[in-house]
Amino acid sequence: MKPAAFDYIAPKTVEEVISLLTTHEDEAKILAGGQSLMPIMNFRLGRPGLLIDINGLDELDYIKQQDDHLLIGGLTRERTVERSPLVRDLCPLLSQAISFVGHTAIRNRGTVGGSLVHADPSGEIPTAFCALDGRVKAVGPDGERWIDPGEFFLTFLTTSLEPTELLVEVKVPVLPQGTGWSFMELSRRVGDFAIIGVATLLFMNGDGTCREARIALGGVAPTPFRAEEAEEVLAGQAIGEELISRAGELAGEAADAEDDYHASAEYRQEMAKIMVSRSLRQALARTGKGN
Amino acid sequence: MPDPEARRWVGKRYKRKEDLRLLIGEGKFVDDIQLPKMKHAAIIRSPYPHALIKNIDTTQAEKLPGVRGILTGQDVKEMSKPFPCGVPIPPKYYSCAVDKVRYVGEPVAVVVADSRYIAEDALDLIQVDYEPLPVVMDIEEAAEPDAPVLHDNIGSNIYSHRLMQYGEPAKAFEEADLLVKGKFLFPKYGSTPIETYAVVASYNPVNQEFVIYNNYQGPFVNHSLVALALGIPENKMRWIVPTDIGGGFGTKTGVFPYIALIALASKKTGMTVKWIEDRREHLLASATGTDRVTYMEAAVKRDGTILALKDKAMDNTGGYIRAPEPGCAYRSTGNHTGAYQIRHLDREVMVVGTNKCLTSPNRGYTCQELYFSVERLVDMVAAQLGMDPAEIRFKNFIQPDQFPYTTATGGIYDAGNYQKAFQKALDIVDYPKWRQEQEKARQQGRYIGIGIATIVDPSVTNIAYVTTALTPEQRAKGHPKSGSGESMTIKMDPLGQVHVIACTNPQGQGHETVISQIVADELGIDPDGITVSNVVDTHDRVYTITTGSYSSRFASVGTNALVNATRKLKDKLFKIAAHLLEVSPDELVLENQKFHVKDQPEKSIAVRHVAGTAHWHQTALPEGMDVGLFASSLITMPTSKPPDELDRVDSSNTYGFCCEVIVVEIDPETCEIKFHKWASMHDSGTVLNPMILEGQVMGSITHGLGGALYEEFAYDENGQCLTASFQDYLCPTSMEVPDIDIGHVETPSPFTALGSKGAGEASCESVPVAVANAIADALAPLGVVINELPLTPSKIWHLIKEAKAKQA
Ligand SMILES: Cc1cc2nc3c(=O)[nH]c(=O)nc-3n(C[C@H](O)[C@H](O)[C@H](O)COP(=O)(O)OP(=O)(O)OC[C@H]3O[C@@H](n4cnc5c(N)ncnc54)[C@H](O)[C@@H]3O)c2cc1C
Repeated sequence: MKPAAFDYIAPKTVEEVISLLTTHEDEAKILAGGQSLMPIMNFRLGRPGLLIDINGLDELDYIKQQDDHLLIGGLTRERTVERSPLVRDLCPLLSQAISFVGHTAIRNRGTVGGSLVHADPSGEIPTAFCALDGRVKAVGPDGERWIDPGEFFLTFLTTSLEPTELLVEVKVPVLPQGTGWSFMELSRRVGDFAIIGVATLLFMNGDGTCREARIALGGVAPTPFRAEEAEEVLAGQAIGEELISRAGELAGEAADAEDDYHASAEYRQEMAKIMVSRSLRQALARTGKGN
Repeated sequence: MPDPEARRWVGKRYKRKEDLRLLIGEGKFVDDIQLPKMKHAAIIRSPYPHALIKNIDTTQAEKLPGVRGILTGQDVKEMSKPFPCGVPIPPKYYSCAVDKVRYVGEPVAVVVADSRYIAEDALDLIQVDYEPLPVVMDIEEAAEPDAPVLHDNIGSNIYSHRLMQYGEPAKAFEEADLLVKGKFLFPKYGSTPIETYAVVASYNPVNQEFVIYNNYQGPFVNHSLVALALGIPENKMRWIVPTDIGGGFGTKTGVFPYIALIALASKKTGMTVKWIEDRREHLLASATGTDRVTYMEAAVKRDGTILALKDKAMDNTGGYIRAPEPGCAYRSTGNHTGAYQIRHLDREVMVVGTNKCLTSPNRGYTCQELYFSVERLVDMVAAQLGMDPAEIRFKNFIQPDQFPYTTATGGIYDAGNYQKAFQKALDIVDYPKWRQEQEKARQQGRYIGIGIATIVDPSVTNIAYVTTALTPEQRAKGHPKSGSGESMTIKMDPLGQVHVIACTNPQGQGHETVISQIVADELGIDPDGITVSNVVDTHDRVYTITTGSYSSRFASVGTNALVNATRKLKDKLFKIAAHLLEVSPDELVLENQKFHVKDQPEKSIAVRHVAGTAHWHQTALPEGMDVGLFASSLITMPTSKPPDELDRVDSSNTYGFCCEVIVVEIDPETCEIKFHKWASMHDSGTVLNPMILEGQVMGSITHGLGGALYEEFAYDENGQCLTASFQDYLCPTSMEVPDIDIGHVETPSPFTALGSKGAGEASCESVPVAVANAIADALAPLGVVINELPLTPSKIWHLIKEAKAKQA
């Protein structure tokens, strides 16, 4: 399990990275935490000719608040985000989601940017990112652009990022006080990739009805996705058990799961219903606090 | 047996001597070995489960700078012979595929290069043309006459097949009030030691001798097998195993073909060659336990007495069969009836081949397969009789006053008090309370289940059992085998310090520590000062063909050899001291490292001076005594005899007891499993070191939990392995193991010097079925049938769905 030969370079600035990417295009790969890329290379499933190590780009390692958003540098470690008081206070869904990613040692190395670009359909960060309707900032030879989740995730392990682009920042909203949130998942063991992961958000009206619901599912389709029909039945409603089950049903129907060794498609599909309902219950129980 | 009160060290939580070097990274493993001019090997492996090798083109690879040579199946065929195996017609099993591959991952060629990187680059450049053949993956299909045949010289996929009867099963089946039967499917799972296979081989053309470092825990039969395959005298092959092995669990038995392969690579290239198996190779192609299909039927009296068992068990050793197989099917012969007084047995045993990875013993060596059917069936019998599963076990247990107890199949159970241990486990869990909780939960639509398994854990394999693969007539024509010998040497240096030379090559069991404790007690000295070297070096150790650390041998035959050697040394010390003090040895007392005459403490001599005399003043020794101070013992267990003409054999020579009582709750929606309570009770005789024992039992439980819920080498119908990385082959971690109450009952074995016996394999034999029984119990009202493992939530969910559909 040794990688094929590759060249290695460790630039210090975003500009250098972009210029290297522009020169080498498909030949080159960004190395962030290496927690997905290194296994791929060691199995020789990927053989990049050049590794551009961005671990020296301190400028991409930050978490800050800007108005009603949190800005997270593309190279910020998963563990840093998970433990950040700012994120816990203002966007607890993200901290919670990250706590399900692998194990501490992996989160110490793995980056938020790397996880999004790797685009594993059961990845917790991608799923939370969908529910949060976040944005990623990509920088390329033609400047920068912002990409939303629907546009970003194309299919299994594939995003719309160009080979010449670097993900430099992730933007997620600050959740208003009283927002209900929940991240839940089923996995075979603690730390395994999710059989199904569910992120839900309930934005509430002053009268206790739900203004907007967001339900994102991971692991049950080629990309994480929003269960929009399910969200719609909740919007504007006073949420109770009946609506929760209905939303669960609809979310389950929206899933497009596949069989694998760990769980059948049918099981995953069924779990989509159950986990969405459970997650909505948890989110509902969390609404209104501090209002 | 010494008075337990007099033991200062045995039985104490004496800290492991091995830990410091391991914790600070100073362990010595095969991969730490660096030799001059050492090169590195990588192995190209078959992507096909069954295919003809039409051509291997190595020209491009040979041109790669840094490549020193390539060994192919053709070379292996010319340079070596197939490994012998104890079945009527062995397949032609070489260390590398010759003409044909029979499982995914089978070695096809070896590249030797300046680094492992270059060697792997070269693999990419080798062109192998395959012609795929039809595959057979299912055990029962493999035994059918129209199945694709793996080995033309055998003509079918059946490697071993025997019918055996013990007692009068037909009569018992007639007398029964009730017959209960089931079909049980046990998965293929393994051991995943942290350290994978490792070999460094070096051929010396001057004396035609191989020096081979490897990480197999004993020469055992493997040294002879490799010598036979290489066609060399055994003494021309020196095996050295470094101080540390990173886990074995049986899997490492399968390193022997790689020892031959890398030795051949060394011979062909003229280089010293190192090969360290990587994790993918290990999961894909090292060795696993056998998967097994069992049909088992019990003949039962209305009062719950189990009169007889009738079973047909089919094992699967994969693309070939190799030693110690067909042990899988015969190893548990003596304890086939478990903890019960079942006197009649009708057995059919079959070992077949499929296009799966090969097998080796896997901690518990097929006792988990055996008890999965026996203990599931006992529960099914209880259910049919409306009896409590605990009660039916008490009903059939061997009684404490029946030991030593000879089973119908020839096992001689040394000691035990199954009732006491089992009751203790039930008490810890508060069994009656949980039965009530279960009742309540059922009314609320919750699934609580209590799983029990009560099993007998054999240790110290008697090598004779392997010959039960042959009929008594076939055996009569061959050479008999018997024994379970182990060797220990103890010496005292001129300044009176003790060093022990063992050959058990532990893989984490802490033999250095326990050896020190035992010797300290025997000689009345401090264990800290005792040094132990415990490695295999076939040129400078004495051993027998059974030597090594497998089948939990150390605590019984290992300690027997140790105590025996130590007492010989002590005897010599007494004789010298008596001679010097001009008294007879029985007038002497050994106390505080001094010999003194009884009631005359002033008439004394220090042990150190006695030792000094043996070395420095040799003519002062008693007439005719050998000079110096050492003693060796190579002994076997007395019951290690060949099978009799009725196929009865004491297949192991000590037998512990173990039981699990487990309370689970299954989430009715997701089918996830939660453990409410778990008691694991053990009787492995005298406890030598409680701390080490706890570690062994915890590991064993975890390994068993793996088999129950997580671990399986799964293949698709095309023969591709689905679980060749740790992302898919799931071993339980500390997060998956619930709180477990581990307890001990100590019934000393009369067959061992200290009363101790094996302990590290028990729970991996009982846990898979105990967990299955718990899940079956939880889902009993739904009519769910549990007869397979691992029980994943997805699988349980489907079982419930099917059962509900049937009930509707
Ligand atoms: C044992 C183990 C368990 C794991 N369990 C989980 C889990 O449960 N859930 C989960 O979601 N993940 C899991 N992971 C994956 C982990 O989250 C990874 O860290 C993550 O997927 C990739 O992040 P990274 O920083 O390590 O990226 P890398 O591995 O360095 O890179 C991944 C890919 O993204 C590209 N890339 C990285 N950063 C950028 C960037 N800024 N711009 C453009 N391209 C970039 C790389 O070129 C590469 O193609 C696990 C990993 C391991 C080893």
